[in-house]
Amino acid sequence: MDLSTINPAVLLASLMVASTPILLAAIGELVVEKSGVLNLGVEGMMIVGAICGFAVSVETGSPVLGFVAAAAGSALLSMTFGILTQFFLSNQVATGLALTLFGLGLSALMGQGYVGIKPPAMGDLNLGPLGDIPFVGRVLFQHDVMVYVSLALVAAVWAFLKYTRAGLILRAVGESHDAAHALGYKVVVVRLAAIAFGGACAGLGGAYLSLIRVPQWTEGMTAGAGWIALAIVVFSSWRAWGVLIGAYLFGGVTVLQLNLQAAGLDVPVEYLSMSPYLITILVLVIMSSGRGRAALNAPASLGRSFHASH
Amino acid sequence: MQRRTILKGGAAAAATLALGRPGFAGSHLPVKAGFIYVGPIGDGGWTYEHNEGRLAVEEHFGDQVETVYQESVPEGADAERALTQMALGGADIIFTTSFGYMDPTINVAKKFPDVKFEHATGYKRADNVATYSARFYEGRAVQGTIAGMMTETNKIGYIGSFPIPEVIRGINSAYIHAKKVNPDVEFSVVWAFTWFDPAKEADAATALIEQGCDVILQHTDSTAPQAAAASAGDVITFGQASDMAEYKPLPRVSSIIDNWAPYYIERVQAVIDGSWEPTDTWGGIDSGMVKIGEITDAVPEEVKAKALEIRDSIADGSYHPFTGPLNKQDGSAWLAEGETATDETLLGMNFYVEGLSGTIPQ
Repeated sequence: MDLSTINPAVLLASLMVASTPILLAAIGELVVEKSGVLNLGVEGMMIVGAICGFAVSVETGSPVLGFVAAAAGSALLSMTFGILTQFFLSNQVATGLALTLFGLGLSALMGQGYVGIKPPAMGDLNLGPLGDIPFVGRVLFQHDVMVYVSLALVAAVWAFLKYTRAGLILRAVGESHDAAHALGYKVVVVRLAAIAFGGACAGLGGAYLSLIRVPQWTEGMTAGAGWIALAIVVFSSWRAWGVLIGAYLFGGVTVLQLNLQAAGLDVPVEYLSMSPYLITILVLVIMSSGRGRAALNAPASLGRSFHASH
Repeated sequence: MQRRTILKGGAAAAATLALGRPGFAGSHLPVKAGFIYVGPIGDGGWTYEHNEGRLAVEEHFGDQVETVYQESVPEGADAERALTQMALGGADIIFTTSFGYMDPTINVAKKFPDVKFEHATGYKRADNVATYSARFYEGRAVQGTIAGMMTETNKIGYIGSFPIPEVIRGINSAYIHAKKVNPDVEFSVVWAFTWFDPAKEADAATALIEQGCDVILQHTDSTAPQAAAASAGDVITFGQASDMAEYKPLPRVSSIIDNWAPYYIERVQAVIDGSWEPTDTWGGIDSGMVKIGEITDAVPEEVKAKALEIRDSIADGSYHPFTGPLNKQDGSAWLAEGETATDETLLGMNFYVEGLSGTIPQ
């Protein structure tokens, strides 16, 4: 048993990188669910974002354009979900699942010519002297720009939901769409905007996988990250900072157990890998009991279709 | 999570599916061959090679055979559903291409006695279930030799998928041959508990490189560890299941290629002839089921010569990768001087050989 071979600074730094894709996807889904829409298509939107971002950055040589394209592509894809659920009032669960299947297939088709290609590298952000601070510098200040974008997004979403009027309207729509409608708010427009935002975030998360974390295009490369993002939203009980903690916990456990194994420590891998899911199940159990639902902060109209009858 | 079943063979195939004709072997054409894959066909590794085998079947038989496949089928209960669906769809022979499909294959085979099943890498057979696998450990012997001679830090990283005999055999074989050419070599094994998860595989490779490993061997299916090694620099890797040629000449210095095409063609032919039997096939370098991919120029000449010597001596049968004296990890005797391991021991291998550290998760 020798823990000294693991460099904690490197471990924490790789934890942040490993968590960024699910953090991006989860913060987007948080906004979607706060508006009362349950979009289970995160996995499909992520993988479409992964290939859109990969293809565009390979063709243009610019990772930044790749991320922009990933966000746009996934937002566009999420609009199919938006139109189906908001205008045609289709079942959100079924439509979300269909979106995942569709996204996986579409991405495989789009990615045909991109297997085995190396994307242009996105360098780490140079923060000057900050990066030279011992320990803290390695952990916090030697990352690519997307890690900071993801953190800024969490802060922005938190502030938006808590302090802005638009955020209040979004929450009102999620809590009671009938009341919000009666007050004159455009429920469908608010929800479509939220869905598009969720799609864009999922796309960024997917592109982070294919452009920075792996980096390559492989069919089905998200391998369930979208489902983890959905679990994180529940885990956070619909709070922005909770999403951050959840994402770092889920990502951290994976990185930690791999590093412990590589250092030759005898760790019960299965239990460590299982732990975030066990916590999520626990949260779901508490949530499904009547009083728990309100206590856990779940939007009251989550997953319900809205139809203005007057 | 992907549920695409693609039918080749146009309208005839669609009509066949719609009619849901029960499968019966040897008396009708075209024969329908089904394939169940654990990953996407574009994984660049394990599933990709199985699909190459399927395409070879199509090309070889032309109109006589039509093939169907389903990719990314999870191991476990869901596999039973996929298998049942394929059998109901009129498949005459179904290849299930991952270890975790073993029990689902046996269960579904009971319900469809007229359909032939072929399960890869398993050990359970029935009247209509055959098994087949390749002696990947022979290729691992070649890899271990190269790895042992090439490492400068004397630390070799190994990304394992699941602690099953097939994977453990590979670790043991690679270790024995690395140790033979480099007594100071140490192995770090990381269990990923997945066959295919590029992000996790990349993380595992990065963690190993961080620990000072300058050779990464993988028993997972994607090319992600190759990309991680390429960005770290000064690390060599080996293609797994497929050539992974896009990472030549570095980090990928050689590879083990699974060549399923001859076997698939032979077995489908047996169904057409009505001569199919529930056999157990375990092909190696000699039969061509295991191929050693090109050893690149990044490997010094004498290392390459040594590796090819091992390959050829395995191919002509003069050398067995598990030849005594060998002890188990706990120090107890396993093989005496000159004794070679039996297939039975190898198929159920659940122990490390002496010198490997760490324990196998149970």
